[in-house]
Amino acid sequence: MTAATPIVQAPIVQARGIHKHFGALHVLKGVDLVVAERELVFVIGPSGSGKSTLLRCLNRLEDPSGGSITVDGIDMLDRGTDINKARQRIGMVFQSFNLYPHMTALGNVALALRKVLGLDRPAAEARARAALERVHLADRAGHYPGQLSGGQQQRVAIARAIALEPRVMLFDEPTSALDPELVGGVLAAMRELRESGMTMVVVSHEMGFAKAAADRVIFMDDGRILEQGPPAAIFGNPQHERTRAFIGQIERH
Amino acid sequence: MTFDDFLLAFFSLDILRQAWPILWSGFKITLLLSAIVVPLGVIGGTVLALLSTVRSRWVRWPLIAWVDLFRALPPLVLLVFVYAGLPFAGIEVSAIGAVAIGFFLNTGAYYGEVLRAGIESVPRGQLEAARSTGLTRWQTMAHVVLPQAVRNVLPDLISNTLEVVKLTSIASVVALPELLFQARQAQSVTYNATPIMAAAVIYFLLLWPVVRLLSRLENRQIAGRR
Repeated sequence: MTAATPIVQAPIVQARGIHKHFGALHVLKGVDLVVAERELVFVIGPSGSGKSTLLRCLNRLEDPSGGSITVDGIDMLDRGTDINKARQRIGMVFQSFNLYPHMTALGNVALALRKVLGLDRPAAEARARAALERVHLADRAGHYPGQLSGGQQQRVAIARAIALEPRVMLFDEPTSALDPELVGGVLAAMRELRESGMTMVVVSHEMGFAKAAADRVIFMDDGRILEQGPPAAIFGNPQHERTRAFIGQIERH
Repeated sequence: MTFDDFLLAFFSLDILRQAWPILWSGFKITLLLSAIVVPLGVIGGTVLALLSTVRSRWVRWPLIAWVDLFRALPPLVLLVFVYAGLPFAGIEVSAIGAVAIGFFLNTGAYYGEVLRAGIESVPRGQLEAARSTGLTRWQTMAHVVLPQAVRNVLPDLISNTLEVVKLTSIASVVALPELLFQARQAQSVTYNATPIMAAAVIYFLLLWPVVRLLSRLENRQIAGRR
């Protein structure tokens, strides 16, 4: 599926006019983000441009100062919304993995299955094992995070998120904390997830992955979306000077 | 004073034999008090530490006032105040009840501060990861934050516990004949320091394994940081 395919269903993520202030700092200045089902959207931009904050507003790890957000039909900013229930549909993967160090890989994945979905331990563990299988780490189920490489930890974190069968996955710089030789395994897991039809919003500077897998690339600068389009257009023929300068910079690395 | 006189004054087997029954009964009361006071303090401390994570100032300010008050008041004063003061408010408390209340207030505040430091030592990302999977605030606390918090401050919790066990000796002011009280009684009756020495040895034997455990944990933490 590509961006050219007409979108029939209602979009999964609809964020409109998102503002975010941190004290005097105006981090998001009216951002619109609409993500269709099965779409993979890449968000790039210089540090401090607000891309991570935007992502974190989508599952309300940050409370936006203004705007509206619906995810899978749920109004995320409505006070009456059960945010914990809504978050089951939104998986998130963090730059620093954030695995629970006192639990095994299996325990990490099973925790929410037991406590949020209310599965009993055998059912939760069976499902957790299946999720670890999907990131090819079933053989590491009994390992603690400290016994796993960074790449393996991040794949466990992906398993932890997908075990809840979310409707959309958010990735916040998933490979930035990894040694270069470990990046490949995480990107492979993300690509498999993409091929399974998962809707994904990815904040990352992995240009190769963006070119190969993204439907759309969004360039953010200073709290705004400056331009967006198919990867070929953004990387090959950026319209804005800022975009050009930024892409030139990261491609030199 | 000859060496024999010294032995006789401090390590007389004869005196020990006479004093042993009341030392033993004192030891049992010290154990009983510890078994009441330590869990109460830990429970109270956990509640205080959890409340400290609530942002509302309606929780925050009373909490700070509470912890400051009961950390600043000497435990002995607190105990006398509870035991002698509560009856004036129409509440009769037994000696054990007074100890339980007084220690709950005092050591609860200390355990609370230790646990609060532990909770704050857990990286924010842990909480965010847990919340992003749909766990509630309290589920996140119970399953993700608190277990790590306790592990991070375990040496301080154990140190605190050692102090609390030793502090149970103040229960004698409300007429609870714990170990040190009984030893002093025996000393004043026999004009001999042997019962005090015996009490010291009993305290040591009781607490030394805990002290050993504590240093092992501390060494492991130092090694873990490298």
